[in-house]
Amino acid sequence: MILRVIEHPILGTLTDLKKVTLYFNGKPIESVEGEPIAAALLNAGIKVFRTTAKRHEPRSVFCAIGRCTDCMMIVDGVPNTRTCVTPVHDGMRVERQEGLGVVRKEADK
Amino acid sequence: MKTLETEVAIVGAGSAGLSAACQARNAGAKVLVIDENSRPGGQLFKQIHKFFGSHEHQAGTRGYVIGQKLLKKTQDCGADVMLNSLVYGIQPEDLTMGIIQNGKNCQLHAKKIIIAAGAKENYLPFPGSTLPGVMGAGAAQTMINVNRVLPGKKIVMMGSGNVGLIVSYQLMQAGADVLGIVEGAPKIGGYGVHAGKIRRAGVPFYLGHTIKQVYGKDCVEAVEIAKVDEKFNSIEGTEMMIEADTVCMAVGLNPMTELAWMAGCQFDFIPAFGGHVPLHDWNMETTIPGVYVAGDITGVEEASTAMEEGNLAGVAAAEALGYLSEQDAAEKKAAIVERLNTLRCGPFGEGRRKFKEHQIADMEALKRGEFVGRCIEK
Repeated sequence: MILRVIEHPILGTLTDLKKVTLYFNGKPIESVEGEPIAAALLNAGIKVFRTTAKRHEPRSVFCAIGRCTDCMMIVDGVPNTRTCVTPVHDGMRVERQEGLGVVRKEADK
Repeated sequence: MKTLETEVAIVGAGSAGLSAACQARNAGAKVLVIDENSRPGGQLFKQIHKFFGSHEHQAGTRGYVIGQKLLKKTQDCGADVMLNSLVYGIQPEDLTMGIIQNGKNCQLHAKKIIIAAGAKENYLPFPGSTLPGVMGAGAAQTMINVNRVLPGKKIVMMGSGNVGLIVSYQLMQAGADVLGIVEGAPKIGGYGVHAGKIRRAGVPFYLGHTIKQVYGKDCVEAVEIAKVDEKFNSIEGTEMMIEADTVCMAVGLNPMTELAWMAGCQFDFIPAFGGHVPLHDWNMETTIPGVYVAGDITGVEEASTAMEEGNLAGVAAAEALGYLSEQDAAEKKAAIVERLNTLRCGPFGEGRRKFKEHQIADMEALKRGEFVGRCIEK
């Protein structure tokens, strides 16, 4: 399933995308530098961003503007990162967050 | 901790905030706009449709082009914009704000503060509404038009107001199938011109319907809709299943009033404006001296009204600081109010104009010591 909107009748064709790699739970995913992590994951067909603490229910993007905190994940070791407003950089490590995140010490990251 | 100083501090670099910045800066004030996002422009860049209104409201121009123009105007006038910076608190006594910028704390002291924080989308709970794939219509719009990624291919839209209609059309432009628009009311909520485009594309409207449940294991797989009675309760036996991977909710927005509450502003409750809205006068000044508001935070309307309210707040703040004479300011404000009135007319705008007058009348009542907070529904 192709989800990236390359051609667009109003906005034109996307060109000069700088491809970078982010790692979702260790698995490499091709993404575009500077796009929100959430966009890269949706494009890769990844549905579940985190699970809730009590009932372990799946959650993903709801508002996409950094308000609702439904899309939080562990990004480069930092839990509770809002993936809809955090831009991708090459080599970024993104992990599904299970329940409440635990802040890790610098040495454990 | 670093302390910054400015004359006019503006929270939010969207339609209202940037308009306010240009007005205040062009009058001569030192201006600093603070925004949490990494790019300015607020929600203008996801609006790829042509705006309505008159010529001076840039009717016929697409939202993102208006955004580009506004950014250029801001740059040209020399207003400072501080990005990746979250305002988390306001101290009304000395107009000081707490800001986190890239993980570092700082404070900003200003002579006037304009809060133009905007609005966020409403959420409607039903079984399955927390499943991945259920999202705000504005969220889907951001994904396709700004991030250029489809959230899914088979979409059910909930709500037939302008947001529901416009985003449905834009999802189709981006290559998705919109399988239906579900609307609780017996008629379409938004403008006929938008609804017409959707109808011509063959998308069914399920009027007088609601979403009963969304099914799926880890994400949306099917949507069950049903007819509703006059109390909006679903009617047994009218259920229908739609196979879909995405549900978009276009069920209104609510103003982001946290900072105004924190500052101690007085509020009215106006459902048509999205809920609690701070009282303000025709200068857009709230019940806290020196704290102004503009845009969707004052009541959810449109980008064009947000820009005009921003203009008003910017002129008023500059006048209060002595950068504009009373006469110059009065002329500018009168022109802006006239433009606002043309935006708040017609079958859709007239109601908003009436509610806005109530809101301002309550501000006047408060000045006379006669205000009691109230819910204004008519």
